[in-house]
Amino acid sequence: MHTLNELKCTFPARSENESFARTMVCAFAAQLDPTVEELADLRTAVSEAVTNCIVHGYRDSGTGTVAVTVRLLPQHMIYVRIADKGCGIDDIGQAMQPLWSSAPAEERAGLGFTVMQSFTDSLTVRSRSGCGTTVIMRKKMQQGAPHDGC
Amino acid sequence: MLELKQEENQLVAMLSGEIDHHRAREIRETIDFAVREQLPPIVILDFRNVTFMDSSGIGLIMGRAHLLEETGGTLEVHHPSAQIRKVMRLSGADRFAVIRNQ
Repeated sequence: MHTLNELKCTFPARSENESFARTMVCAFAAQLDPTVEELADLRTAVSEAVTNCIVHGYRDSGTGTVAVTVRLLPQHMIYVRIADKGCGIDDIGQAMQPLWSSAPAEERAGLGFTVMQSFTDSLTVRSRSGCGTTVIMRKKMQQGAPHDGC
Repeated sequence: MLELKQEENQLVAMLSGEIDHHRAREIRETIDFAVREQLPPIVILDFRNVTFMDSSGIGLIMGRAHLLEETGGTLEVHHPSAQIRKVMRLSGADRFAVIRNQ
């Protein structure tokens, strides 16, 4: 699909960058003039994906890099790709089950993928054990409120 | 960032700012220390000044609920914003804590 605008960014997989990453994506998405709720949904979904890279992909080691690509597509569609080159997921089906977590001791609720799925329009997860994980989310902004140009 | 208030029979944790994985650990350690020391019958997590929460906050709520099961207390969540309520609905967090908006 034709890309109207794009932002690419990589940063170290450190937990203090979670806030920066979700803020950056939302600042980019703001050019679509989304509703407060749409922006909050996107912010939450991005936070989950980036946290997964840091906590699961790199096992909270503080090493590794997270790569974020945000694209503005036609028809008010935001595309977000969040990738790590960490340990990967052995069983994606299991990982995506609500309340399942590989890190229960860290009080991970096991809801990351559930939030991403519920708060965006589409979620694709690609992963290979030992090679990393890529999450692609798409969210259409202003779905319910067509603008009249005012 | 986090203010704890010891009232008659309850411990109130005034949370503020953004609650994510980065901040959750320090918050939970501070609250757990106070709970184990004071054994309050009621613990209130007050979200009125929280501007953002992801599922790390659900882990925080569920973890405190489990701790209070151990110590015989109950957990209340006060004043969650619309965004926070939406994240809580996904998890069924109302099964773990009493939610109050007043």
